[in-house]
Amino acid sequence: MNYFVLLKMVPDTVEELEVGPDGKSLDNDRVRLKLSDTDEHALEQALLLKEKCGGRVTVVTLEAPEVDEALFTALAKGADRAVRLSIEQAKLGTVATAQVFVSFLTAGTATLAPATLILSGSQANDDLEGELAPYVAEALRLPYLGVVGGVSLKDGRNEALVLKEFSGGVRGEYELPLPAVLGVQAAEKPPRYVPVAKVRGFTKSGKIETASVRAPARPAVLEVNRMHKPEVAGRAQMLEGSAEEIAGRLADLLAERGII
Amino acid sequence: MSADILVLVEHFNGVLHEITFEMLGAARRLADATGGKVRALLIGQSVSGWAPQLGAADTVLLLEEDGLELPSAELALTLLQRLIEQKTATLVFLGGTNVAFGIGARLAARTGLPLVNFCRGARVENGGAVCTSALYGGKMLIDVRLPGSRGIVSVSPGSFPAEAGKSGRVPVVEKLPKPAVECRAVFRRLVEPAAGDIDIAKSDVLVSVGRGIQDKDNLPLAQELAEALGGAVSASRPVVDQGWLPLTRQVGKSGMTVKPKLYLALGISGAPEHQEGMRDSPLIIAINTDPKAPIFDIAHYGATVDLLDLIEPLKAAVEKKKVAQ
Repeated sequence: MNYFVLLKMVPDTVEELEVGPDGKSLDNDRVRLKLSDTDEHALEQALLLKEKCGGRVTVVTLEAPEVDEALFTALAKGADRAVRLSIEQAKLGTVATAQVFVSFLTAGTATLAPATLILSGSQANDDLEGELAPYVAEALRLPYLGVVGGVSLKDGRNEALVLKEFSGGVRGEYELPLPAVLGVQAAEKPPRYVPVAKVRGFTKSGKIETASVRAPARPAVLEVNRMHKPEVAGRAQMLEGSAEEIAGRLADLLAERGII
Repeated sequence: MSADILVLVEHFNGVLHEITFEMLGAARRLADATGGKVRALLIGQSVSGWAPQLGAADTVLLLEEDGLELPSAELALTLLQRLIEQKTATLVFLGGTNVAFGIGARLAARTGLPLVNFCRGARVENGGAVCTSALYGGKMLIDVRLPGSRGIVSVSPGSFPAEAGKSGRVPVVEKLPKPAVECRAVFRRLVEPAAGDIDIAKSDVLVSVGRGIQDKDNLPLAQELAEALGGAVSASRPVVDQGWLPLTRQVGKSGMTVKPKLYLALGISGAPEHQEGMRDSPLIIAINTDPKAPIFDIAHYGATVDLLDLIEPLKAAVEKKKVAQ
């Protein structure tokens, strides 16, 4: 089995975000990037499948600040191969990003081997143009499922049994022939932790391959008028004081409201 | 330029989703502003009974057949593509839900129409539609122009008033033939979460825990507080993903939507997917050490103390109050 995990660096929303000078995008000087949350889950799911069924995990990214750390971390977690494509992630919308990944996946090969699973996170926080995995699936004419919460591979057959999340905790079970593309919402286990020392070890001796691919025709598909911060309509009345004081105030409030 | 809008009616497991009406109301408003038409695309098994409720649309395009108990993405995709190519619509509204997930991007790829995701607002301006979308977990808004009002819009639940999409008017119903569709992702069955647990949607009080609970071993504290308040413990996604509580306790997009009299959010940051599941609760109290946590934008009351410092004093204060009454 060959697992390709497509990773994207996205703005870290723990930090305060500001609009940049062009009024249409983020202030890049102030943005810190991190690996998209669901991409972490996609990587974890690929590693779990490799542990259970064998195969090789290749992680692929575009060029971005701090991306090497994400790649070395993936190698430290158990990925077999890390590839960084020679195109800058910044300023590319999801459609163009998908085109870049597709160029890599199809380079030098007419069709993908049957025993191939392409995984990425179900949705990233900057997917204004839509999600990566379905665009990749359409370009490669492969079956696709998103909001994936579980994957297993059928023995001896190029087929995957996939759980998709709906609502109310209800999930749908699907069968997909391979090769296929999955947008992972949650791996079957939380993403594994690797000690910093282990990642440092890979930073010294691990190998990141670079690959040249054709630049996408258009960086963005949508016409942006402007980017702006939301006005917060309402805001909580904040209670101050010690935990005991706050506890007392809350108990009074709940009694007033007839909750207790 | 008139915007002819097509709304994909959203339903799951026998329930018509409110987002259908949110989208119909917004579509009606935009179509009226441009002299266009609104059509609702209704696909499924035993769904025609809902058609009379969709009168905010001029026409309901209906594909009803046995064997369609689960909405098939491929079927919706094929029909939507065909209708766009027949020029029945220039603008398509899809629910930003798990059910419709991925349809927008695939439709965009097949038709060449642009997709706008995370849409929270839409209006007509200078002959085209302008959508306002929320990026980075809601921390930034972006206004995107769709020239000629041509495009696909994924609408975030709770963005538009559902009331605007509810109409006493009875729409025209037009039956559609079922196209041949190749379904490579084959649906087998629905998997319900493990039974034998409580239904949090029926609880008047929810003590809901997030990452801030830090450790599985702290859960009994939340349980005792919940009992003192006559309620139950629920959780945000990270707690359930860790396996500390079952899926039936999860509040949010993939979990339950709840509206208890009291929603006490302990150590929950309030990501959009979580807010979707609880924001209509009449009384929301949020405890989070991060004063910038988005949960405070929708909470009625809040405090930045550590929940682990607050839980036991709060339980004691509540019990004391109950005795005094």
